[in-house]
Amino acid sequence: MTTATKDQVQERVISALVEFGEEPENVKPDSRFEDLDIDSLDLVELAQVIEDEYGIEVTDADMDKIATVQDVVDFVAERQS
Amino acid sequence: MTRRVAITGIGAVTPLGVGVEALHERWAAGESGIEDGLGRCSDFEPTGHLSRRQVRRTDRFTQLALVAAGEAISQAGLDEAPYDRTELGSVMGTGIGGLSTIESEHIILREKGQRAVSPHCVPQMMANSAAGALAIEHDLRGQCFGTVSACAAGAHAVGTAARMVQHGDAVACVAGGSEAAITDLATAAFAEMGATSPTGISRPFDRRRDGFVMGEGAGVMVLEDAETAELRGAEILGYLTGYGATADAHHMTAPDPEGDGAARAIRKALSDAEIEPGQVAYVNAHGTSTPLNDRSETEALKTALGERAAAIPTSSTKSAIGHLLGAAGAVEAVATLQALRARTAPPTLNYEEPDEGLDLDYVTEGARELDLNGHPAVGISNSFGFGGHNVVLCMEAAA
Repeated sequence: MTTATKDQVQERVISALVEFGEEPENVKPDSRFEDLDIDSLDLVELAQVIEDEYGIEVTDADMDKIATVQDVVDFVAERQS
Repeated sequence: MTRRVAITGIGAVTPLGVGVEALHERWAAGESGIEDGLGRCSDFEPTGHLSRRQVRRTDRFTQLALVAAGEAISQAGLDEAPYDRTELGSVMGTGIGGLSTIESEHIILREKGQRAVSPHCVPQMMANSAAGALAIEHDLRGQCFGTVSACAAGAHAVGTAARMVQHGDAVACVAGGSEAAITDLATAAFAEMGATSPTGISRPFDRRRDGFVMGEGAGVMVLEDAETAELRGAEILGYLTGYGATADAHHMTAPDPEGDGAARAIRKALSDAEIEPGQVAYVNAHGTSTPLNDRSETEALKTALGERAAAIPTSSTKSAIGHLLGAAGAVEAVATLQALRARTAPPTLNYEEPDEGLDLDYVTEGARELDLNGHPAVGISNSFGFGGHNVVLCMEAAA
C-alpha cells in the first residue's frame, strides 16, 4: 500500500461524504461533521473507508477525536508517517 | 369513544406503475404488470423520488413505502394539516423487511469479515424501518410500529390504524404495507416450498392455477377521524367501516380447507361495519392463484356471505400484479377503494378454465360496472397470510 498525500486523502474523504449523501458544495476541509448531514453511522462507514484504503486501524477512541475533514487528513498522515 | 374513520389519501407503487391511477386504470383495462413470471416495479427508480441520502440509507422496501406514502400524504394534505403531530400515527406491514440488505450484507460478511459489514445494515433490514422512515419524513409523532403477519401484514396495518383512529389514540394514521423480496433467497425458498407458479402465470380461480407470482411494491392509506377531516376541509375518498381479523390455528402455510378462519374474519368485518352480505357490492379476493387458497377462499366466501356470495363480483388484483406479500393487503385495500370510487369491478385476468366448486362471479370477462341500484358502494378486501392469519377490511366509497 503506497502512502497517500494529504491532498489525496482529503479528496477521498470528501468523495466519501458526498457518496454518503452530502452535497459537494457543503464539504470543505474545515467542515465539521456535526454541521453536515453526517451522523455517527456515517462516521463508522468513514472509518471503514480509511481502513480499507490506507490499511490503518481506526478505533472508536480515534474517531472520537475526529471532528472535521482536516482532522481525518491529519490522522491518516500521522499514522502513515 | 368510537369515531368514523375516513380515508383521505391513498398511494401505491406497483408493477403497474408508480401511483394509484396506474394501478386502477391499467388493471381495469386488463393490463398486467407481470413480466417473465415476476411482478417487479420496473418503472420505479428510487432516485427519481427520494434524495441520494435517503436512497443510500434505505432498503428498497422502505423506498417503496416512502414513495407510496408521499402520494397518500400529499393527497390528504397531512403535512400541512392543523394537527398536533403527537396525534399522528404510522403503521406499516411487511412480510420480511429489508431482505435484499440482509442477503447482500451476509455475502460481505462471509467474504470480507465483520469489519466490512455496513453500519447501516440494521436500520435498513429491520421490518419496522418503513414505519420509522415515514414518521421521520412526515413528522408523525404518535404510535409508530410495523405489523408482521406475512401476506396479511398490510391489511393488519390498515385495520390496526383504523382502530387507533376510532378510539381516539390518533387523529390520523398513515398505514399500509411494503415489500421488496424478489431476491435470490426468497425466490428460491418460495419455489422450493411449492408456493410460486412454475409457469410464471397468475391465474386465480382457474383450474390450471399452479402457484402465485412474486411481486413487489407498496400501498398506503391515510386514515383520519372523519369529523376533524371534514372540519379541516380534507377531501374524503371513502371510509374504512369494518375490520375483522382471525387465526386459522390449523397449519403454518396451508389454509384451513373449509376456510373457517377466513369466513369468521369476513363475518367480523361485516358485523363491525354493521352491514349484511346483501350490502356488499364488490369483493377484492386474496386470490393468490395457488391451488389451496383459491379453493378455501371460495368456501369461506360462501360460508360467510351465503347465497349472496355467487352474486357479488369478486376479482383478484394478484392476477395483474402478482402477490406483493406483506404489501398485498394494503395495495389491494387501495385497489378496492379505487374500484368502489369508480363503481367498477376490475377483472380477474388469465382466467379461462373453470374448476369444479370454484363457481363464484370472478369477473373474468373484463371490467364491469358495479350494480349499486342507488345503494352505497361497499366492498371488502380479503388478505390471508402464512401463519394462518386472516384479515378482512370493509370499505365504503364517498357518495
